[in-house]
Amino acid sequence: MLFLGVLGANGQIKIKPIPSDTSNYQSRKLKIDEINLVSAYYNQNGNNSAVTGGIGTEKLTDFANTFDLQLSKLNKAGNKNTFLFELGVDHYTSASSDKIDPSTISSASMADTRVYPSLNWTHSNEKTGNSIGFTGSFSTEYDYQSLGAGFNLTRLSKDKNTQFDFKLQAFLDTWKVILPIELRAAASLGNGRESRSEGSSPRNSFSASFSLSQVINQRLQAMIMVEPAYQKGLLATKYQRDYFTDGSLRAETLPDQRYKLPIAARINYFASDQVIIRTYYRYFMDSWGIRAHTAEIEVPVKLTSFISLSPFYRYNKQTGTRYFAPYGQHDPSATYFTSDYDLSTLNSDFYGAGLRLAPPHGVFGWQHLNMLELRYGHYSRSTGLVSNIITLNLKVK
Amino acid sequence: MKTSIPISMLLATGLFALSLLSACTSVKPYQKNKLNDAEMTLSSRKAQKFEQSFQLYREGSSGANGGKSGGGCGCN
Repeated sequence: MLFLGVLGANGQIKIKPIPSDTSNYQSRKLKIDEINLVSAYYNQNGNNSAVTGGIGTEKLTDFANTFDLQLSKLNKAGNKNTFLFELGVDHYTSASSDKIDPSTISSASMADTRVYPSLNWTHSNEKTGNSIGFTGSFSTEYDYQSLGAGFNLTRLSKDKNTQFDFKLQAFLDTWKVILPIELRAAASLGNGRESRSEGSSPRNSFSASFSLSQVINQRLQAMIMVEPAYQKGLLATKYQRDYFTDGSLRAETLPDQRYKLPIAARINYFASDQVIIRTYYRYFMDSWGIRAHTAEIEVPVKLTSFISLSPFYRYNKQTGTRYFAPYGQHDPSATYFTSDYDLSTLNSDFYGAGLRLAPPHGVFGWQHLNMLELRYGHYSRSTGLVSNIITLNLKVK
Repeated sequence: MKTSIPISMLLATGLFALSLLSACTSVKPYQKNKLNDAEMTLSSRKAQKFEQSFQLYREGSSGANGGKSGGGCGCN
C-alpha cells in the first residue's frame, strides 16, 4: 500500500531523458533517479536440518524480489533531498520447516512469504557531498514481524578523496514461539486442534557502522569498516530440536544476548582498461564463541566498453559456537545448546560469475533500461550443504 | 562483552590504515575517471543483495559488508 501511495503521490512523474546542460539551471522538480528490480532464485540441499536435531533434509527454495525507486528533488539552497523506497517480497518453501509438525499435511511454515517495505530520506549538500538521512522499515512473515529504523551520515573531505560514513540501525522484532510438536503443551483450542504457538517473544537488534573510504591514487581506492552489533531477546529458534546423550529432547536454547564485532576492508584496483580487481576481507567475532574469516575476490573483465564479465570467488572459514553439538551429542547438564550447523565449525566456497551490460543507448536498444546484470553462484559448505543462486538486476534510468 | 579483540587483529588493522594513508596521493576530480568506473564502487553490488542474505542465514558471521548484521528477519 505504501508503494501505491508513493506512486499515487508522484503520479505525474514520467521518466524523461536528461537533456545536455548548457547552463547552470537545475530542475527543482521531483524526478526519478533510477529504478532497480532485483530478482533471485535460490535452492539448497543438505542433510543437517536443525529442525530435526541436526539430521534430515535441508532442501529449500527461495524466490526473492526487490523493487526500489529512487527519487530526488533540489531545494532553493541547492541541497538535494533523495527518497529511496524499496519493496521486497520473498517466497520460500522449506522441507525441514514441515517437520515442526509432521502430522500436518502441509504446515504454514512449509511455504511462507515475507514482505518488507522500507523508505529512506537523505538530505545532501551537492557542493560538499555531506549528507544525513533516516530510514524506516517493516517486515512481516508468518511467524516474524519487524520494525526497523536507521540513521545515516556521510562526511567528505574538501578534496573528496576521503569519506567517512556512519550508520545506526535498530530492528524491533517479534517472533512467534513455535515449538516442535512433541514439546507443545496440550493447549486445546476447543475444536480438537492444538495451539501451534506458545505466544510471542521480542528480539531486538542494534548496530552501528563506521566506515572510512580513501582514494589512494588514480587507480586504487580502499575502505575499512567496523560494525559492532548487539542483539537481545529470543535468539534461539524454538522449533529447532536438540537431542541429548541421555536420549532426551529439548527445544534449542541459546543466550538471550549476543554481541557481534565484524571488521572489514575493501580494496579496488583499476589494473588496466580491461581488468579491475575487487577484493574484500572480513574478520568476525561474537560473544557465543564464533570466529570467522571471509575473503572475496572479483575480477571484472571489460569485454567491450559496455559489457563486462566478472568471475568471483569467496572463501569463509568459521569456528563454531561453543553451544553447538551434533545430533544426540548434547550434554544433559548444558544450559545452552544448538544443533544448527549454520553455527558450527565449517568452511565454505562460493564461486560464479556475473555478466553486466550497460550500453550507452540502453540494453536491447531500450533507452531507459540502463543496465542489466545477471549473476550465478554455486555455494558448497564443508558440512555437505550445497546451494545455487541466480540473480537478475535491471536498472531503469 | 566476554570476547576481546586479538592484539594482532588491532595491529593489522592499524598498520593497514596507516599504510593506506601514507601511500595516498592527492587525486584531482578530473583524474578520477578510473575511480568513477561503475565497477570500482567501494560497496557490494545490488545483485549481491540476496547472496549476502543467504550467507547471513547459512553462516554465523555477518555485518560490515553493507548488508544487515542481524535482525529484521528470522535469521541468525
